Amino acid sequence: MPNLNPKLFDEDVEQVPIRKGYGEGLLAAAEHDARVVGLCADLTESTQMHLFKNKFPERFIEIGVAEQNLASVASGMAAMGKIPFISSYAMFSPGRNWEQIRTTIAYNNQPVKIAGSHAGISVGPDGGTHQAIEDIAITRVIPRMVVISPCDAIEARKATIAIAQTDTPVYLRLAREKTPVITNDETPFEIGKAQVFFDATDGIAHVGVIATGALVYKALKVAKKLQSEGIHVKVLNLATIKPLDEEAIIALAKQTGCIVTVEEHQIRGGMGSAVAECLSKHLPTPQEFVGVDDEFGQSGTPDELLEHYKMGESHIETAIHTVLKRKNS
Amino acid sequence: METLTDNKIIELELKANQIRESIIEMLLEAKSGHTAGPLGMADIFTLLYTHILRHDSRNPEWSERDRLILSNGHICPVLYATMAHAGYFPVEELKTLRKFGSRLQGHPHKEWLPSLENSSGPLGSGLSQAVGMSLADRIDNGRSSSKYFYCLMGDGELNEGQNWEAIMLAGKEKLHNLIAVVDRNNIQIDGYTEDVMPLDSLRAKWESFNWHVIECSGHDFQALNEAFREAKGVFERPSVIIAHTVPGKGVKEFERMYEWHGKAPNKDEAEMALKELRTLGGKIRAEHE
Repeated sequence: MPNLNPKLFDEDVEQVPIRKGYGEGLLAAAEHDARVVGLCADLTESTQMHLFKNKFPERFIEIGVAEQNLASVASGMAAMGKIPFISSYAMFSPGRNWEQIRTTIAYNNQPVKIAGSHAGISVGPDGGTHQAIEDIAITRVIPRMVVISPCDAIEARKATIAIAQTDTPVYLRLAREKTPVITNDETPFEIGKAQVFFDATDGIAHVGVIATGALVYKALKVAKKLQSEGIHVKVLNLATIKPLDEEAIIALAKQTGCIVTVEEHQIRGGMGSAVAECLSKHLPTPQEFVGVDDEFGQSGTPDELLEHYKMGESHIETAIHTVLKRKNS
Repeated sequence: METLTDNKIIELELKANQIRESIIEMLLEAKSGHTAGPLGMADIFTLLYTHILRHDSRNPEWSERDRLILSNGHICPVLYATMAHAGYFPVEELKTLRKFGSRLQGHPHKEWLPSLENSSGPLGSGLSQAVGMSLADRIDNGRSSSKYFYCLMGDGELNEGQNWEAIMLAGKEKLHNLIAVVDRNNIQIDGYTEDVMPLDSLRAKWESFNWHVIECSGHDFQALNEAFREAKGVFERPSVIIAHTVPGKGVKEFERMYEWHGKAPNKDEAEMALKELRTLGGKIRAEHE
């Protein structure tokens, strides 16, 4: 078990937006490597790219509200040896500019890093137009694309620093709202490695929960609650959705015999689907999916929306009970 | 970039004619592909690779080379043929166009043929990539950079909104070493450009986005050479050369017919075309002598 935030389960756990970690990580990556450039589509502060822009104005390009151009200009800069980070809302990048990402970035094999902020339904009041809940599906299907969905701001910072040093295109999924800080500076991060964030302290886990993004926190809370009720849950933080850490997933399924996946994304095509693709091939295992069930979102507070679209703690708990029943039937 | 001598022009005409023959031969072998655009652009590609571009076919990775970014990837037969004749790969390889395992993919793929600057096919994203290259170069070398970035585009592909995003950005950034060349051949798949989606006044459109606009014939080597020279003399703006071309140029039966945009000649048509081109080559040589 890695070292996590010691105040993880306290009432007053520190809350920081995941995108803030991206901003800090980009600044650190740029200080370390002069090849790093930043491009933004008129959302510099809300994607937290302003930290980079203020320090390195000569390496920052304001593209305007033009996400298709954003992707392909970055491809051109990468062709000249730069490591471009492009920032917008996930709905627009990789949403609107998907074909440009496929052809000019991935097909061209350029190491452009696509940071999609405001992903998930918890964008809240802006409503369904701005809630990117299909972005994992459309990025993980592109050959070569690495897909990372950090669980908190600290992991986002580490992921940003790590992807600046890889030679592949990457999609980095970020959220807008403040969410609990799960990890700490010592928690290791490695691209492609899932990590157990909660394990049964006394005995073998009955159920494995695989979560990604800010919902990892809810999964951890549910695991702690159920532990006191005698149900042992092992929680895997799946920060890298592609390439998938098949070894960790298969090991978890082997040990627990049933799996619940938790993500702030459409069930179809998302992280849970990636897990199912892996397990159905290597170790068919009963699986329940917590995510959006083929619907669009609407305005509301993040908590209202997570409850309404069945991604709250009670829904994770129900999914655990359901999958346990299936395993034991 | 000196003025072209009469001898040089004849040399270019013969080279372009040879490239047109290669285009017909490779399309016949491939049995599919685009005919009109490649024939129409043969003169411009010939001039670029023999006289304008700073490049080295024996050292395609040379970092100081100029970049040629093809945006409308479907005209790749002319790019492949010109590159082969410029020594990038054997002319014989042209006959593998569109075949399984060939480096000459139906639309260009930079990984299969590393001496390409970009992959293209889906229209409208080449100029953005050229803008990105120029911006990266400016970060490294400032505004005194000696490199040029040439983006070759179709007129029909200007229907794509992304072009105008890139045109806006290049104007804003005053990318003087970016030179776009629009193949103004007035055809696209569904018909004549002005019927499908009118582009005129094309000059006014580019000018209003802060570009320096030059118009000339895409078949007049002297005029084209002057156009590139003029473009290189502009410092506060990117330049676009609107090159008026005849689609299918060199083969009377193919000229100006949009039906030839997206199909390859069959055996009889290819034989006729090659005969015409050979006669034309003979004429150029005879006039010279």
